[in-house]
Amino acid sequence: MSGSFSKTGLIALLLLIGGPAMAQVELSGTWSQLMHVDRAERGTGPEIADYTGIPLNDAARERAETWDAAKWTVPEHQCEPHPVDYAPHGPASLRTWSEVDVESQKVVAWHVTHAWMVTTRDIWMDGRPHPSPHARHTWMGYSTGEWHGDILEVKTDHIKEGWIRRNGVPRSDRGTLTEFFIRHGQYLTLVSVVDDPVYLTEPEIRAWNWVLNLGYQMAPYPCEYRVETVRPKGYVAHWLPGTNPQIGEFARAHKLPPEVGRGGAKTMYPEYRHELERLLKSQPKPDAKPATPAAP
Amino acid sequence: MKRPSNPPTVSQAAAAALLLLACAAGRSPAATPAEDHGTGHAAKGAAPAPAAASSKAEIVPVQHGVYLIYAGEGSNVVVQIGEQGVVVVDTATAAVSDKILAALRTLTDKPVRYVLDTSADADHVGGNEMISRAGVTFGGGYTSDEHFSFIFAHENVLNAMSAPTGQKAAAPSTAWPTDTYFQDSIELYFNDEPIQMLYQPNAHTDGDSIVFFRRSDVIATGDVFSTEGYPVIDLEHGGSINGIIAALNRIIDITIPKRNQEDGTLVVPGHGRVCDEYDVVVYRDMVTIIRDRIADMIKKGMSLDAVNAAKPSYDYDGRYGATSGAWTTDKFIEAVYKSLQSPPQEPK
Repeated sequence: MSGSFSKTGLIALLLLIGGPAMAQVELSGTWSQLMHVDRAERGTGPEIADYTGIPLNDAARERAETWDAAKWTVPEHQCEPHPVDYAPHGPASLRTWSEVDVESQKVVAWHVTHAWMVTTRDIWMDGRPHPSPHARHTWMGYSTGEWHGDILEVKTDHIKEGWIRRNGVPRSDRGTLTEFFIRHGQYLTLVSVVDDPVYLTEPEIRAWNWVLNLGYQMAPYPCEYRVETVRPKGYVAHWLPGTNPQIGEFARAHKLPPEVGRGGAKTMYPEYRHELERLLKSQPKPDAKPATPAAP
Repeated sequence: MKRPSNPPTVSQAAAAALLLLACAAGRSPAATPAEDHGTGHAAKGAAPAPAAASSKAEIVPVQHGVYLIYAGEGSNVVVQIGEQGVVVVDTATAAVSDKILAALRTLTDKPVRYVLDTSADADHVGGNEMISRAGVTFGGGYTSDEHFSFIFAHENVLNAMSAPTGQKAAAPSTAWPTDTYFQDSIELYFNDEPIQMLYQPNAHTDGDSIVFFRRSDVIATGDVFSTEGYPVIDLEHGGSINGIIAALNRIIDITIPKRNQEDGTLVVPGHGRVCDEYDVVVYRDMVTIIRDRIADMIKKGMSLDAVNAAKPSYDYDGRYGATSGAWTTDKFIEAVYKSLQSPPQEPK
């Protein structure tokens, strides 16, 4: 695709920005999230069937279009936190701290706690290998980190199945995460790259920012599940293919052609504006009179 | 599943924004001293041993005295170890019995006292003979010098492995279950732990048990649950899609997550990785959704060919499907279709 370059190129650029190999950075602190880039993910979450800007494949789209938000009322789904790749959407003010080996004074691990449901992840810095394929997957996955100058690169696998967007766009348990933690004085930036051979055609790349907040207090978040709606044993919330009445709502609400909401890799790129213009022009105008039928 | 042939790309605008973010405010961060030194997390996060070389079986600690042993072929083997000896759930194939026993010997020198079979599948009971013979049972009137451990299973496992006099059995008699049950469950108390074998009728086969280690809080599921593919439904031996779903729901009933729908009761599938309740829920949801779609198609009068053409599992095939091997997506769809059209009779 013109006007674009490879993910490898992006990573190389990020790493070039980093300083000398030994220039590690103190990341410890409490951080308030700056909600700049992800308004759609806030509060009640994204609209149903809005997959714009997501490089999902046809299988992911089908799963999303048969997804039913009633899922969250089922007891066994109620206490699911955000998985590690979605957790920075939050609400995700952070507490970060290091674990130091007293004798060598080397950082053994970085730990990050997210405010939403108080999930805590461990980023191992001591060169240990990732677990075997028979080891468990967890919400936070298994992370190892390496400094490239003053940028901390973190690789994570063994993640539970989760979601790219909270409206049913899935990320499989074969997905992996590559992240870059970058500190600029009072600000912390996280660049996140999700790869999923099952549901994405290209990596999902996102970035978030936080500001140092020395007075921030993280509250506990106990979650208890309850039967909220009595349903048959083993109830699974879903729509049969082609029956979800909510699929067209996003496009109708924003006066967009229906195919726009279906997303896909092309909708990530600036060039898509041209196609969008063409689609908008080809839409029938709301006040347009129906064409006069041809005379018999 | 089609994959793009082009390398992954990212827009120039996005990359430029990222670069600006990275460069903004200079590259020298304020040196904030560490404010919260966590303690004790290194041990908690210690990685399980990486996959062993093919010459050795892999050992994955589950929790408490329970381990998963995988020897490169056949089913997962689950062992519970304590002062009284070893309980082994499933024995994989005979070809890897030596590896399994060698792995077990790195964990304990106590004898194998019980073998529990979750089904009669050859890849689950193939090592029965060698692993049982490597064990020692408790007295009980057995005065022979011959060493062996008891083999427990549902009676339909014995029926499947044995044969009437004069006919050829599927397995040698030395591999057959020595103790069977025909009710809902059978109980043991071993290594200071209550252990239940819980019958799951007409699921993967007509002889499935799940094994619940109640103090260790671990369930070994056999082939009613797998993280490696769609569930194998052996129609010829009494399996059914609704039995699979009932078994998965039974597992979800038993498991209790510790926090944030994670940890707590751990689950070892017949094939694949160690799990907890959430993983079983994800699998149950997937199987139920596909069952519901096929049931709806049957209701509309669609033939098996038409159902296959409609690809009712399309959105899950990239994760669980297969186009080659012993259990393909087409075989799974066919088994669901047939078991919905002609469900097995309820066991008496």
